[in-house]
Amino acid sequence: MTENEVLLDVKDLKMHFPIGSKSMIGPHKNFIYAVDGVDFKIKKGETLGLVGESGCGKSTTARAVAQLYKPTAGEVILKGKDLTKLKANDLIAARKNMQMVFQDPYASLNPRMTSGDIIAEPMRIYQMKGILQMTKKEMDERVEQLMERVGLSRFFRNRYPHEFSGGQRQRIGIARALALRPELVLCDEPVSALDVSIQAQILNLFKDLQDEFGLTYLFIAHDLAVIQYISTRVAVMYLGTVAEISGSAELYKKPLHPYTQALLSAAPIPDPKIEKERKRIILTGDVPSPDKQRPGCPFYDRCWKHMDKCKDHKPRLREAAPGHEVACFLYHDPD
Amino acid sequence: MTEDVILQVKDLKTYFHVDEGIVKAVDGVSFNLRKGETLGIVGESGSGKSVTNLSVINMIPNPPGKIVGGEVLFMGKDLIKMPVSELRSIRGNKISMIFQDPMTSLNPFLRISTQMVETIVLHQGLDKKAAKEKAIEMLKLAGIPAPEKRIDQYPHQFSGGMRQRVMIAMGLSCNPEILIADEPTSALDVTIQAQILDLMKDLTARLGTAVILITHSLGVVAGMCDTLCVMYAGRVVERGLTSEIFAEPKHPYTQGLIKSVPRLDQASGDRLNSIRGQPPNVIDLPDCCPFYPRCDKAMDICKRKYPAATEYGNGRAVSCWLYTEAK
Repeated sequence: MTENEVLLDVKDLKMHFPIGSKSMIGPHKNFIYAVDGVDFKIKKGETLGLVGESGCGKSTTARAVAQLYKPTAGEVILKGKDLTKLKANDLIAARKNMQMVFQDPYASLNPRMTSGDIIAEPMRIYQMKGILQMTKKEMDERVEQLMERVGLSRFFRNRYPHEFSGGQRQRIGIARALALRPELVLCDEPVSALDVSIQAQILNLFKDLQDEFGLTYLFIAHDLAVIQYISTRVAVMYLGTVAEISGSAELYKKPLHPYTQALLSAAPIPDPKIEKERKRIILTGDVPSPDKQRPGCPFYDRCWKHMDKCKDHKPRLREAAPGHEVACFLYHDPD
Repeated sequence: MTEDVILQVKDLKTYFHVDEGIVKAVDGVSFNLRKGETLGIVGESGSGKSVTNLSVINMIPNPPGKIVGGEVLFMGKDLIKMPVSELRSIRGNKISMIFQDPMTSLNPFLRISTQMVETIVLHQGLDKKAAKEKAIEMLKLAGIPAPEKRIDQYPHQFSGGMRQRVMIAMGLSCNPEILIADEPTSALDVTIQAQILDLMKDLTARLGTAVILITHSLGVVAGMCDTLCVMYAGRVVERGLTSEIFAEPKHPYTQGLIKSVPRLDQASGDRLNSIRGQPPNVIDLPDCCPFYPRCDKAMDICKRKYPAATEYGNGRAVSCWLYTEAK
């Protein structure tokens, strides 16, 4: 297995949700274009950070990758297999390699199951399907081992979710995601609901687990500093498309897309000296609703550098520097 | 200096009586707010930030909560002992409040105009027409485009950021002395947060309003606040000028908090400096330093008694045995 092996390849992923009532005959007329043509690759062992504001399609992207939604179009290729074309049974087998950690540690754990059962559940399901051969004893051992690894005492295995704090519940969620020894973990805002001191503990845990098990993460957050800390590469999303994708250090040092620049300048830095002298790019207006497809650049209305050609032509991701792709006509001309 | 002080909170204690025991949500909080100043209160969830401010305007639901001790002096008068009728002329007028979630703090059944005019008529004695003009003027100041038209719309017709602008316009419409903002931007995206903070800073400076800003974000505090209170488990563990606290945090909790936030301007290091353990359960908390189980510098005395605040002048104070011993 080489270092540069591409583990996940997402090609032109689209996820459109029908809205409004359906007429008696014919297809839906109105859609929310939540994800509208997203491309990225994740190499083995790296962390791709997905950042953007609410409603930009980060979570929908992760869910469409996991096939929790059936994507409208596009390919999701995990280790050479296109998940969108697999039959139900093959999909279950393939998904063993890809697990999720969710944002809300309150809603994502079944309140009527003990923490031990929650962590064992993926193993039980795969054993029932005959994909995994494990005895009850092996499973128990694995649960205890996982709990200890994520920083929970094994004596907590008979406790219910409400007996744990938010940080501890997130640890249970992480243990459950690791139970099947996946290569890829999709983390959907796993630290957003946590207080800062706990957030730091969980971020450290994610990094340690990655080093230990060679995990690959797709890590979603809206906090730019968190993304910078955890990611090797970062994709910035806006209105269902990727605006810019690059190595983490490069993106934060030299953001190219006007939206990335505005986003970075809007994020506060916890240091009064720096905050006093910073110049902010204050964007006007709100993120537009994704209920129609635009012929031009999705950021056109709020961009302070927009040009005539941005209105009618949609910029595609193009390489502006080695490994640094940006969808903006400041850096390349329309096709 | 002291004559500038418009709000003085002295040893405020608010307890909640629940089945499991007594929750000391706020346990001996003291701070001063000067005219035109922005005071930040930071702390993690459950540290008592919001309860402190609800206590200031005496809006603690009773039962289960009760303000059991302390004074809140607003221009020399104790708000806690004040009769409700008099208090009503202060709430929303001299001291107004904006909340985290602008969807739940606006009445979804009423037009913006109805909600704004109500306050202005009540407190400023204007007639309805003049009050509506005043409301439109405030919305314009808050950066709402076409306020003459928007004022007759309902809350759901506004986006999250716009709703928070309406709240700010409403909060400032009676020209209050103090604006209490409880996590005003926590529900908003960063680019919208920047807009709203910018607006708050600009408007309150223009109107000379003092602000109490409650937040969990150290980044927001760094950009907005002149002075700062750091709260932990119902107590203020450290207070002082924001610049001084960030330059040289004294309390181990403040130090840990500042170090545990990942920063945009610093390349990602190997590990974040986290504080071990979890915030304590504040039910029936003994009289010890609530931070000692998580503190690297904990001593024997920390388990037995809560340290008194050590004053350093200029409003700086720390409640930690490390500094009490030295004195």
